Amino acid sequence: MNLKFRHKKITGILTILPENEVKFEDEMDQYNFSPAKSLKLKMAMGYNTHRVAKEGVCASDLCIRGLDYLFEKKLLDKNEIDALILVTQSPDYFMPPTSNVIQGHFGLKQDMICMDINQGCAGFIIGLFQAFMLLEQDEINKVVLLNADVLSPKVSKRDRNSNPLIGDAASVTIVEKSDDSGIIFGNLKMDGTGFDALIIPAGGSRLPASADTAQLHEDAAGNFRSLNHLVMKGDEVFNFVQREVPPMIEQLLSTAGCSREDVDFYMFHQPNKFMLNKLADKLGVPREKMPSNIVENFGNASGVSIPTAIGFNLGTRLTRESLLICLAGFGVGLTWASILIRLENLDFNEIINY
Amino acid sequence: METTIINILSGLRPEFDFSEDVDFMEEGMLDSFDIVNLVTALDTEYGISIDGMDILPTNFSSVSKIVALLQKNGVKS
Repeated sequence: MNLKFRHKKITGILTILPENEVKFEDEMDQYNFSPAKSLKLKMAMGYNTHRVAKEGVCASDLCIRGLDYLFEKKLLDKNEIDALILVTQSPDYFMPPTSNVIQGHFGLKQDMICMDINQGCAGFIIGLFQAFMLLEQDEINKVVLLNADVLSPKVSKRDRNSNPLIGDAASVTIVEKSDDSGIIFGNLKMDGTGFDALIIPAGGSRLPASADTAQLHEDAAGNFRSLNHLVMKGDEVFNFVQREVPPMIEQLLSTAGCSREDVDFYMFHQPNKFMLNKLADKLGVPREKMPSNIVENFGNASGVSIPTAIGFNLGTRLTRESLLICLAGFGVGLTWASILIRLENLDFNEIINY
Repeated sequence: METTIINILSGLRPEFDFSEDVDFMEEGMLDSFDIVNLVTALDTEYGISIDGMDILPTNFSSVSKIVALLQKNGVKS
């Protein structure tokens, strides 16, 4: 599905990372790897350091820290927020929506919309699409898009497929109306037949969490996890990404009338270094234009990985420069989505600790 | 090329004999993480980037399959 948006802009991006760093070397003995193999994988996949929230920290806590920071620095006026979108797979509660909890915490005005969206790896793109659509309303001028996930408690510490990569984080992105008539191009596809490629099997209504679902089991590769834990079919996800993402990007650029060279940066979801390098090579994009350094520095925090990549790799450059950026997210759902957008003169583009 | 491939495979999983005529995947001699390391090593050795679409277990099940994969990705025998 091709999408187009006019008169919209991103005016600020803030990423919030838990201060707690966990080193891959400190976890190696939890996995069924030889040390030599672990160190080779560290290089190929980007296993290194990941940020893990301390016990009890929820998605809303990270968001509140970010919003507090923006209010204190006068980078955001709470009275101007017309919509609060939270994209998360780790809400504070089944009900109510966590976005309402955040609204209540700050005493934001009642004349606004709060909504939670259950999306993951493509969650930044899906959230932007939703923000752009809300901004079509006359009375909505400023949308705060929150992406937040604290999924580390949902990953088995003895799962070598997921635990070395997982990161917790949140981001706050300000999306507003713009006088600029430039078009923001988007592309979105979904395939629910692959719903179980990335899944937490138990804990919902289909299979409520119980003592049985909490039992650890060993899989064929020597990983131990329970049905309460996230499970990823790594091979299937890798093949899905390599098959679907390059044609999506080619279609996006073709629709926009852009060449690959016209794009200054490709800020993609950060599943691991190997997958991103293969995507860059397939697309014929220099690897330095598609940063793959988020997993090794912070871990993969699902929908927060794109804003983290923008903050870490471009920082204050985006407060004084104008760059054409291709964003792409892909994963749980299955969902894959992309946006071609010009980011320029942002009010802020920072990373802070929780 | 075959000798180089066997040397790389043996470096990854020294406990197995990769000169044997068996299916490396069916025999459990390689797993998906070994394939990641193998592709990284082959890319470096031959100065190529194996197409992500070709990174399927069946393409790594024998030395001859790996040779065919390398040739498909531009390595001359």
